[in-house]
Amino acid sequence: MAKKLVYIYPGFERFWHWMQAILIFFLAFTGFEIHGSVEFFGFREAVRYHNIAAYMFLGLIIFAIFWHLTTGQWKQYIPTFENIKGQLNYYLFDIFKNAPHPTKKTVISKLNPLQKIVYFGLKILVIPMSVTSGLLYMFYRYPSKYGVEAINIQSLEFIAVFHTIAAFLLISFIMMHLYLITTGETITSNLQAMLTGYEELDVADEEKTETNQVQLKVEANK
Amino acid sequence: MKKIFLIIALFGLVTLLAIGFLSQKDYEPDNQMKLKEKYSKKGKKAVDHSQFSVLQQDFNNPKQVTQACVSCHNMTAHQVMNSNHWNWEREEYVEGRGIVYLGKKNALNNFCIGSHGNEQSCAKCHVGLGYDENGKLFADSSNIDCMVCHDNTGTYVKATEKAGEPVSTLNFNEIAFSSGKPTRSNCGVCHFYGGGGNNVKHGDLEEAMFEPTKEIDVHMGTDGVNMQCVACHKTEQHNIAGKLYSLSSMNRNRAYCEDCHTSTPHADDILNEHNLKVACQTCHIPTYAKANSTKMYWDWSTAGKLKNGEPYHEEDSLGNHTYLSIKGSFEWDRNVKPDYVWFNGTASHYLKGDIINDTTKPLILNKLHGSYADDESKIYPTKIHVAKQPYDPINKMLIQPKLFSEKKGEGAFWKDFDWYKAAEVGMKESGLPFSGKISFLETEMYWPVNHMVSSKENALSCNECHTRSENGRLSKLTDFYLPGRDYNAAVDTGAIIMLILSFLGIVTHSIVRFLSKRKNKGEVNNG
Repeated sequence: MAKKLVYIYPGFERFWHWMQAILIFFLAFTGFEIHGSVEFFGFREAVRYHNIAAYMFLGLIIFAIFWHLTTGQWKQYIPTFENIKGQLNYYLFDIFKNAPHPTKKTVISKLNPLQKIVYFGLKILVIPMSVTSGLLYMFYRYPSKYGVEAINIQSLEFIAVFHTIAAFLLISFIMMHLYLITTGETITSNLQAMLTGYEELDVADEEKTETNQVQLKVEANK
Repeated sequence: MKKIFLIIALFGLVTLLAIGFLSQKDYEPDNQMKLKEKYSKKGKKAVDHSQFSVLQQDFNNPKQVTQACVSCHNMTAHQVMNSNHWNWEREEYVEGRGIVYLGKKNALNNFCIGSHGNEQSCAKCHVGLGYDENGKLFADSSNIDCMVCHDNTGTYVKATEKAGEPVSTLNFNEIAFSSGKPTRSNCGVCHFYGGGGNNVKHGDLEEAMFEPTKEIDVHMGTDGVNMQCVACHKTEQHNIAGKLYSLSSMNRNRAYCEDCHTSTPHADDILNEHNLKVACQTCHIPTYAKANSTKMYWDWSTAGKLKNGEPYHEEDSLGNHTYLSIKGSFEWDRNVKPDYVWFNGTASHYLKGDIINDTTKPLILNKLHGSYADDESKIYPTKIHVAKQPYDPINKMLIQPKLFSEKKGEGAFWKDFDWYKAAEVGMKESGLPFSGKISFLETEMYWPVNHMVSSKENALSCNECHTRSENGRLSKLTDFYLPGRDYNAAVDTGAIIMLILSFLGIVTHSIVRFLSKRKNKGEVNNG
């Protein structure tokens, strides 16, 4: 197996990733000011900035969904239990023995099984939870006079608590994420890849790549 | 292809940024400009009363003036006689009581307690002349006092303890010539002195409002738009809009800020949304009693002490009475932050003769109804006046004492200083039982604060309420979730523990990784 510099993260994906990172940090900071945990901008400005950033985040999500669907990249996130034990074993034990990564990173399969599950969870649970509760937070009216009685939410508490839980989950994800990106070939190799788009990968022989493609197609058809 | 995506994404984000920032511009809403223009114009009078021949006679007493008024305004007497200012009561439907005629005759307050038996003195603030305890006055239109409201010279004053008669030295001709719409001084001469002195009752209505600065009240400021009371308290056929909840139960005939300012006066949508649950007054009246002190506490139980057999008084450094033999001890305060309550516009009142069910906690004399869960309720600022006042512990009712009398020996407390006699006579005159036992009960009255509106620059800022601080303005209103103040303790604690554990995990993992890497390297080197 030879090492080769591969263009693994295309321009939009990198832009999406970093924009998302900036927005999530900003949303978290202003959000926790609204929550009463920190004081920086002042409550009114914090609310204003949080709302603007929220709209930007929504815009970004729409572009990202479009990109994932049109390029087929969404298939990267289909969760799999295959080799998940190996991956866990690696992070818990093998990593200390200087063992190689158990999952091969290729252009068509960038994520290890743990990443797949976690990112899938983010996309399908945490982000939607955050966005839905956030939109309700913004557009919730009580009493919603002359509105639909059935959606007359009586208390903000439910909405606010869910929004807070989503925020805490995202923060704990980011903590883990920031640490785990240092577990690449070198401490900064993953970071460099997300910045430049290029990463040095073990290039497998033609056969294996084909197998992967077939596997992806099979999963997509399920 | 990738480039196109990148360009589209960037373009989209720039657009969103632009929309976000441009939609938050601070500008003065059109409506407010129109209002300023409208109320800055001071119209001239349409009629000069000094030219009317009927007013050219020499007036010796106020009844002659009233007669002259009525000779032209010949259909207005019944309007006045239908008004609250005349009847001192309103027809109200009260849940659990039915139709009640609620007014000074049957309600008790925690200032001078009640008017019954004290009419001679209380009638100083009645729009009639010669108040008659037997109620004859109420049927006789010649007793209407036109001048107390329509004098525009600012000189008309009623005499103390003369049943509503004016002081005898007035120039009635000059006053009659000046007749016009009521000004702040007409309203203020009674409403600024309720409770027996300047700013005793309301806290937001006092003599500084005769000629206030904008600092004190942004609407009435003489250095600003200089509005009169009747600009907001719009009056039709002598029925004046806007009433006070110390003495009214139903939500009707009110004056609202929204009448002029609309319910969406701000350029900022988030501020406008607050109007669903927060009254304008809450943010726009940060403090009341801005100029002179207002009475916050009145303890009747210490009344009656004498020095050398004579009543006396004590004052604080600002000249406020802290003790009066006739009334007891007081506490005053200035620049007071209001207490905030949910209020839906309806109230219930303790009426004379009502049985007090629970004497272990303060009795609320006018309970303002409302809660977060009630669609009609909003948060309002109030002044809470606390008092200790006499009650009968056996019959469990507040005592209406006889306070005022011209001479000693009639049982009036202000002459004889004897609680027992004052209670006995007062309750007898009210037709109520008295057990012979007197105790003192703590009572509370809620006075919604509506005046002394500050300029928008001085309105409350968000974090006065949206704060975890115990000094937050709404720290006592806990029946709802307030962002910035409230959080779910279990969620926050759980989350922080989770984050700490994650952090510790990361630190441990990285240390072991670092050490094992060195060890592995060492092994490689050794090997």
